[in-house]
Amino acid sequence: MAEPLIELREVSKDYVSEAAIVRALRRVDLVVERGDFVAIIGQSGSGKSTMMNIIGCLDRPSTGRYVLDGIDVTERSNDARAIVRNRLIGFIFQGFNLLARTTALENVELPLVYRGVGGGERRRRALAALEQVGLADRIHHTPNQLSGGQQQRVAIARALVTNPPLLLADEPTGNLDTRTSLEVLELLQRLNRSGITIALVTHEHDIAACAKRLVRMRDGAIQIDVRQEPTDAAAALAALPSREAEEKRA
Amino acid sequence: MLVFLARIWASVVLAMRAVSRNKLRAGLTTLGIMIGVAAVVTVTALASGARESVTAQVSALGSNALMVFPRSARTSGARDSTMGSRLSEQDAKALVRESTSIALAAPFLRSSVVAVYEGQNSLPSVIGTKLDYFAVRNWKPRSGELWTHNAEATGEKVCLIGVETARELFGTEDPIGRRVRIGRFFFQVLGVLEEKGQSPFGQSQDAIVVMPIDTMRSTITRTRPGEVHALMLSATSAETSARAQKQAIEILRFAHRIEEGGEDDFVVRSQAEFQALQQKIFGALTLLLIGIAAVSLVVGGIGVMNIMLVSVAERTREIGIRMAIGAREADILVQFLVESVVLSTIGGVAGTLLGYGAVAGFTTALGWSMRIEASTLALALGTSTTIGVAFGFLPARQAARLDPIQALGRE
Repeated sequence: MAEPLIELREVSKDYVSEAAIVRALRRVDLVVERGDFVAIIGQSGSGKSTMMNIIGCLDRPSTGRYVLDGIDVTERSNDARAIVRNRLIGFIFQGFNLLARTTALENVELPLVYRGVGGGERRRRALAALEQVGLADRIHHTPNQLSGGQQQRVAIARALVTNPPLLLADEPTGNLDTRTSLEVLELLQRLNRSGITIALVTHEHDIAACAKRLVRMRDGAIQIDVRQEPTDAAAALAALPSREAEEKRA
Repeated sequence: MLVFLARIWASVVLAMRAVSRNKLRAGLTTLGIMIGVAAVVTVTALASGARESVTAQVSALGSNALMVFPRSARTSGARDSTMGSRLSEQDAKALVRESTSIALAAPFLRSSVVAVYEGQNSLPSVIGTKLDYFAVRNWKPRSGELWTHNAEATGEKVCLIGVETARELFGTEDPIGRRVRIGRFFFQVLGVLEEKGQSPFGQSQDAIVVMPIDTMRSTITRTRPGEVHALMLSATSAETSARAQKQAIEILRFAHRIEEGGEDDFVVRSQAEFQALQQKIFGALTLLLIGIAAVSLVVGGIGVMNIMLVSVAERTREIGIRMAIGAREADILVQFLVESVVLSTIGGVAGTLLGYGAVAGFTTALGWSMRIEASTLALALGTSTTIGVAFGFLPARQAARLDPIQALGRE
C-alpha cells in the first residue's frame, strides 16, 4: 500500500449562525494515497464542497485532524496555510478563476510570484506548464480571448506550475460541453498517470466514472467509498463523432 | 532582501496596471492630493522666497535705517501724507544735531512724474533729496557720479536715474550728460544708479529719478519753504537703532511743540518694523496656504481611501484567487497598499508640477520673489506617499483579512 497524501481523521465542520447550527461534516475519515484519482460526488448540501475547502487548506475543521503530505495542518496560521496551498496544492475551479485582463502566461506565473521565484525562472516554468496543456501558442492571450476549454487548460497549467503533489478540481467541467469536458479529463488522467494525485468534485456521473475511486457524500458523511475501473477519457473522446461530422449534421 | 525588493517592484508594476485601467477614476481621485501638494509646493517656495527677500532688503537698506512720516493729528479716515505735513528740513538738522544715536538724516520729497527723452516715455518715482540720502540707503552710481554740494545748494537741474528708467528712456544709449524732460523742465542726467531689484512687494526700485531737493521743489513739487514729505535716518549702528527711534520721537515732539499727553504728528518706523510687517503678511499667506494644503490633503486622502475600498470590493474574487494559489495576508496587504501609494504619488507628481506652475505664475504676475528648493520635491513626494500609506492601510487590511472561501464566492 502506498503512503497516504491526505489523511482526514474524524473531521467535523459546523457552521454556527444566529438561526441554527449547520453540521456540514460529521466525523469524516478519509485517506487518499499518493497517485490516486478520487472523485467526490454528492448533491448540493451533502458536504462535498466543505470537505474540498478543508482538503484545500482554505478552511479549518471544527474538530478532528487533517494531515497533508505528512504535515498536520489542522491548527496552522493563515500564512502557514497559504504557504501549504502554494507548495502542495494546485486548484482547478469550475469558473476557471483566471485573472481578467491578464495574459495566460502571467496567470500561470502567479503562484511562482508568491513563492518568490525570479522572473526568468518563472517564465521558463510557466512556458513549460502551458506546453504541457497544449497552449504554447496562446501564451499572450487574455482569458476573454480564449475558449472555455482553453481557459480551463490555462487554469490547469497554473495549478501544475509549482509541481504540487495534489491537484484539487472543483467541478472542473461544469461550464464545458461534452467534448471539451472529455478533453480536460483526458489531460487530468494523463497527469495522474505521471504520478500526481487528483481529487475531483463533481455531480456528473460520467465525469466521476473517469476516476479510480468514487466517494459519495450524503448529509455530511461518506455514504459510499469504492474503487472502480476508470473510463478512459481518450477512448471516449475518440468514440465521439468527429467535429466535422457534427458540423455537417448541424 | 533582493527577493523582497523584487516583490515590491512586481507590486508596483501590478498597481500601475490596475490604476491605468481606470484612468478617469484615478484622475478624479488624485485631484485632492494634487491640489494639496501644489499648495505645499507653493507655500514652501513662498516661505523661502520671503526669507530671501528679507535678507536681501536688510543688506540693501541696512538694519539701522529709520523713516519718519508725517501723521495728521486727530483726523480719521484716509490720511494724505502731504496734507497737514509738518516735517521740514529743519527737523532733519535738529535730529542729527541733538541725537547721540542718529548719524544721518536725509529729508525728501517724492512724486511720480512722466519723464520723456526723444519720444520715449517713462513714469518713474521722483525723489528730491540731499546727498546724505545716498549714504543712508547705500545707493551708489553704477556709472557717472553724484551731484555736487554746490549743485545741491544752487538747485541745478541735474538728476540720477535708476537702471529701469535708463533702459526705458535711452535703450542702449548712454544716458550720461543727456537732457531728459521731467514734468515741464529739462534735467541733465549725471549718473545711473546700481540695480536694486524689486522690493518684496514687487515695486521696482529701479524705475526712479533722484534729484536735489531744492531743484524738485522749484520744478516739480511746489511746497512751503523747507517742507518735506518724509525723512530717511540712519542710526549710528544697528544696536543703537532702537535708541535712535526713541530720541527721534523726543526731538521731534519738542521741535513740533507737542504738549505732554498730546498725540505725535509724525511716525517713526524702523527697518525692523517694516520687516515685521512684511513677515506678518507672508505669515498670513503661508497660514492660508497651509490650511488649503491640509484640507485638500485630508479630502484627497479620503478620496483615495474611498476608491481603494471600491477597488477591494470589485476585486474580491481576484483576492480569493490569489489567496487560493498561495498569497499570504502580507502579499495582499502590500499589493493594495502599493496601489494606494501609486495613486497618491501620481497626485503628488501632478501637484508638484501644478505648484511649479503656480510659483512661476506668482513670480511673473505679482513679482513676488519665490524660490523652489530641492527639498520641496522631497517634501511633496513624501507627503503624498504618507497620505497613500495612511489612507490606504484600512482598505488594504480589509482586503488582506478576507476569507478566501467567501472571496472566491464558494459556499
